[in-house]
Amino acid sequence: MRHFLTLLSHETRMLLVSPATYIAATLFLAFMGLIFTKILEIYSGTPQEHSPASVYFQLFWLPACVMVPLLTMKCIAEERRLGTIETLLTTPVTTTEVVLAKFGAAYFLYSALWGSTVGFFYILRKFSGDARFLDSGPLLGGFLFIAISGLFFVAIGVFASSVTSNQSVAGILGCVMLATLILGGNALSDSTWLEQGVLKPAKSVIEYAHVFGHRDDFTRGVIDTRHLLFYFSGTALALIFSILSVEAKLLHS
Amino acid sequence: MSEAPPAIEVSHLVKAYGGVTAVSDISFTVARGEIVGFLGPNGAGKSTTMRILTGYLPATSGNVQICGISVATQPDEIKRRIGYMPENNPLPEDMRVSEYLYFRGRLKEIARRKLGPRIDEVLEVCDLKRVRHKIIGQLSKGYRQRVGIAEAILAEPPVIIMDEPTIGLDPHQILIVRDLISSLRGRMTVIISSHILPEIEMTCDRVLIINQGRVVAQGTPADLRREIFGHSTYKLEVAGDSAVLATAAAAVEPSLQITEDSMPDAHGFRRVTLTTSREDDIGEPLLRTLLAQELRVRALNRAHPSLEDVFLAATRRSWDAVVPGRPAAPAATRSREKGDGPGT
Repeated sequence: MRHFLTLLSHETRMLLVSPATYIAATLFLAFMGLIFTKILEIYSGTPQEHSPASVYFQLFWLPACVMVPLLTMKCIAEERRLGTIETLLTTPVTTTEVVLAKFGAAYFLYSALWGSTVGFFYILRKFSGDARFLDSGPLLGGFLFIAISGLFFVAIGVFASSVTSNQSVAGILGCVMLATLILGGNALSDSTWLEQGVLKPAKSVIEYAHVFGHRDDFTRGVIDTRHLLFYFSGTALALIFSILSVEAKLLHS
Repeated sequence: MSEAPPAIEVSHLVKAYGGVTAVSDISFTVARGEIVGFLGPNGAGKSTTMRILTGYLPATSGNVQICGISVATQPDEIKRRIGYMPENNPLPEDMRVSEYLYFRGRLKEIARRKLGPRIDEVLEVCDLKRVRHKIIGQLSKGYRQRVGIAEAILAEPPVIIMDEPTIGLDPHQILIVRDLISSLRGRMTVIISSHILPEIEMTCDRVLIINQGRVVAQGTPADLRREIFGHSTYKLEVAGDSAVLATAAAAVEPSLQITEDSMPDAHGFRRVTLTTSREDDIGEPLLRTLLAQELRVRALNRAHPSLEDVFLAATRRSWDAVVPGRPAAPAATRSREKGDGPGT
């Protein structure tokens, strides 16, 4: 792993000069700013049961499904399209280092963008002068959920980019995979037909992978190791498949 | 004391994928410091062989060693010993030239303190100093090719592999690249593929011709001419009796025979082609004998088949071997021989 840092700094720099990054960042900050403004409007009108911080993370799935593919769709697909993967892999670097560096750079940017939204709460606290607006428990839990689930989401985006040489296909594939994971579990978790006979194990799997449920637990301050295991093992699996995908394409090229 | 192993040693290399055998039992050796040209028609297996040499693609069977190290078992060590410029020279579009070389230098494990001076050196050698701060995507084809070459030689590896380094360059740029490759002779082993055959002939010490995944000929251009054509050819413009000409030719060298004889032109001169198995030049005694026989000679030269002729003959010969029903015409009659000997 001696070249990992060289590759990581290169990949981060490449992301920072890519227009797609700025499109993703602008869309993300505009969307999250809009959500935050709406929350403030609602809270200033009528008293609410939950803290603004826990409501803020309820729509996390939309930027995750859009921003992650925008950040990751280029990473391996573009290298393959241009042929630069060939020059890269004929230097003393391994496929694992390349995939991890691309994952690391995309994750860094994803985290940095979410991290920048801490500014919303800081501004609110500063101008309202009321500490209740900055409910640190749900806020910390929410950001922890974003940081941990982001590992898996970004790894899925990297995997989508590793299976094709077309950026657009990688982006759509990433978006579909993330939507299936995040929204599919939510849609199926309430299905009663899954509770019948042989489908019961499937129901328990869906409940285990219920991302919205994980989010609620995190924002309530419940850090369940099963959730952590789900995201960490999912990340590892997606990255292993990404590495295998790159190497399999080499074998058959 | 044991001798240093050759720079490249390939034995019985086979690469098959998707039901197609791209490389079929190739064997060759490249000595240290040698510049070798890799020739072959499109789809012959040149790029596949080069990719296997770099460790980028695994071979189906066979053994490849670079500087005595097996590519199959120690690909990481191989990557430290080669500089590779792939076909079409893929480069990142949005990096500056010096940034790109710095990044590649770090990946190739050049120490930070040595990297700056080394980048300056390769920029100078490749005449890239003027564009060092330019974005690669904005460079012309010639500059991009030179960036690729600069990257290949950056870490001063013992073996350089270049797949079509002169493709798309103008004659001036080809000259620069040719001089650049020639300057590596003796210091680095270079293996280059190209379709520009005069370039290969001028630059390379030895040529490997590959067709349909097999090595069909290898050696110096002179060896290949001898091997493929097996005779010398003389072109003559002469006026006089054909029988006298045949007798005079036989008197000079018994194997000298008339192979082509045209109709006389308005002045009575015919274009005659004579072939002989003798390798040394018999132009002068032939001319003297013809004049002594009172034949009128307007021109005489010894025809040297170009590398292009050798290439065409060698690849066609391999086609004939593959397709038995195809009539195997003599190589000499198929080739377009070009006269470059002294006229009289």
